[in-house]
Amino acid sequence: MTVSDNTALFEFLLRQGDNALVLGHRTSEWCGVGPVLEEDIALANTALDLIGQTQLWLALAGEVEDKGRDANDLAYFRDPYDFRNLLMLELPNEDYGRTIMRQFLFDAFQVPWLTALQESNDKRVGDIAAKSLKEAMYHLERSAETVIALGDGTDESNSKMQQALEFLWPYAGEVFADDENDVSVASKGIAPLPSSIHDVWNSTINRTFSEACLKRPESQFAHSGGREGFRHTEHLGHMLATMQTLQRSHPGATW
Amino acid sequence: MYAQMVKSTGKSVQALDDMSPEERAFQERIDRGEKIEPKDWMPDAYRKNLIRQIGQHAHSEIVGQLPEGNWITRAPTLERKANLLAKVQDEAGHGLYLYCAAETLGVSRDELFEMLHSGKMKYSSIFNYPTLTWADMGAVGWLVDGAAIMNQVPLQRTSYGPYARAMVRICKEESFHQRQGYHIMMTMANGTPEQKRMAQDALNRFWYPALMMFGPSDKDSVHSAQSMAWKIKMNTNDELRQKFVDETAPQAEFLGLSIPDENLKWNEERGNYDFSEPDWDEFYNVVSGNGPCNVERLEARKKAWSDGAWVREGMMAHAEKKAMRKQAAE
Repeated sequence: MTVSDNTALFEFLLRQGDNALVLGHRTSEWCGVGPVLEEDIALANTALDLIGQTQLWLALAGEVEDKGRDANDLAYFRDPYDFRNLLMLELPNEDYGRTIMRQFLFDAFQVPWLTALQESNDKRVGDIAAKSLKEAMYHLERSAETVIALGDGTDESNSKMQQALEFLWPYAGEVFADDENDVSVASKGIAPLPSSIHDVWNSTINRTFSEACLKRPESQFAHSGGREGFRHTEHLGHMLATMQTLQRSHPGATW
Repeated sequence: MYAQMVKSTGKSVQALDDMSPEERAFQERIDRGEKIEPKDWMPDAYRKNLIRQIGQHAHSEIVGQLPEGNWITRAPTLERKANLLAKVQDEAGHGLYLYCAAETLGVSRDELFEMLHSGKMKYSSIFNYPTLTWADMGAVGWLVDGAAIMNQVPLQRTSYGPYARAMVRICKEESFHQRQGYHIMMTMANGTPEQKRMAQDALNRFWYPALMMFGPSDKDSVHSAQSMAWKIKMNTNDELRQKFVDETAPQAEFLGLSIPDENLKWNEERGNYDFSEPDWDEFYNVVSGNGPCNVERLEARKKAWSDGAWVREGMMAHAEKKAMRKQAAE
């Protein structure tokens, strides 16, 4: 591969790793304060899976970059503009409804996406996808069931879930907006175009929302800026300030 | 060990001859080392005492998630973050086993939560102390889980079957947590001067609160004798505290850290360490609500419970609707 090939692959890997890192971090914020003990445990499981996936994607990113950075260097020593996660994933948890709705919108993409990535020309990518897919399938099963339960629960829980959906909806489409990097990795057979996942995602969410008595918003608008790192939300800086504090305050220390 | 000062009948232990035939048969089963199971006859006081003890233990597990949860978002590496998250998740799991064990005695989890929130039931005093640096994650694992293990290992042989079985599972995980905590301490103690300072500071702050976890001295403990006769308490508070000091002092030395006690010294004659008693006034203050974090800890639990009400109600409503739909279809 040439240098530019590696740059596109590196970007691609950061996108995968940062999505897992940022959502894993947000989900870990629930530990100890979940709505019910079983849910506390389940949210921690999801966060643990995502942190594990982060380690795999970012380790490979560091290897591909070949500048001696490992997964921890990439997680703890990059500034917000170098993060490549979707905007939706960095938004504060706010309430449980928003947390589980976001998880569902993401899982509904991740399952077909990782399924396709298993066929990557790059075996290292395929291997990580295969391992992550097992976890993502379980996450989707659980998040979809919970969205259905709460949508179909009480008037209050239905209204909370509908509000969560409307709040998140303008962020949900960011993942499908193919850019040059996507075209570059797709042309090499590393990954499909994200837009190719749109139909499957639509059918998953339509089916789930119908069962959950939730109304899919009509707007086609989607915010952008996260996966290119061009314009994150104000929240990512705060999240990283918390997450990176020890490493940044004590450079060179071993933990 | 997360049960301290569990109130018992307050009466002295009855002699076998003074017992009713049922009570006597019950006590003899315990003396023979048999396990008491949920459907077996048991004296009302045994049941009530166990509910208080197991409930307090369960509450300690879930309140205990908070001081460590305080550092999950700031864990310094991805590995440490995953380990800490898994540890705090284990504590939620321990809470779950213990609430289930308590439920076998005829009290619901919701009732127990209600008693925690209203202040009728306590949790261990240790969780009312703040976690201020990353080294506290080491100190909590090493000292707090270490102290808990001292008490919980013997409780695997406790007379009440569901409690004993919960303890077997819990102990396996706790000893792993303790090693993990000690490893954090070792890394810090061998680290930069700032890290060493954090490690020593954490030990200074957690040493006496850890000793308090065993409860007041036996000579001041009015609840011990009956609980020991029923084998729901297996050792005296002082025995366990001594054992803890004897095991921990050499570990601190190995780390190159100083235990904040001038009187800590190996006593050749006794074959134990001599050590200073913790400040029991501080202990009674913490137990009665004046610890550094009592108010915040309880507020955090109550907030989580009330914020989650719509979720629990929504899930219940859906489950009922689903059951009705299924019934209608049949």
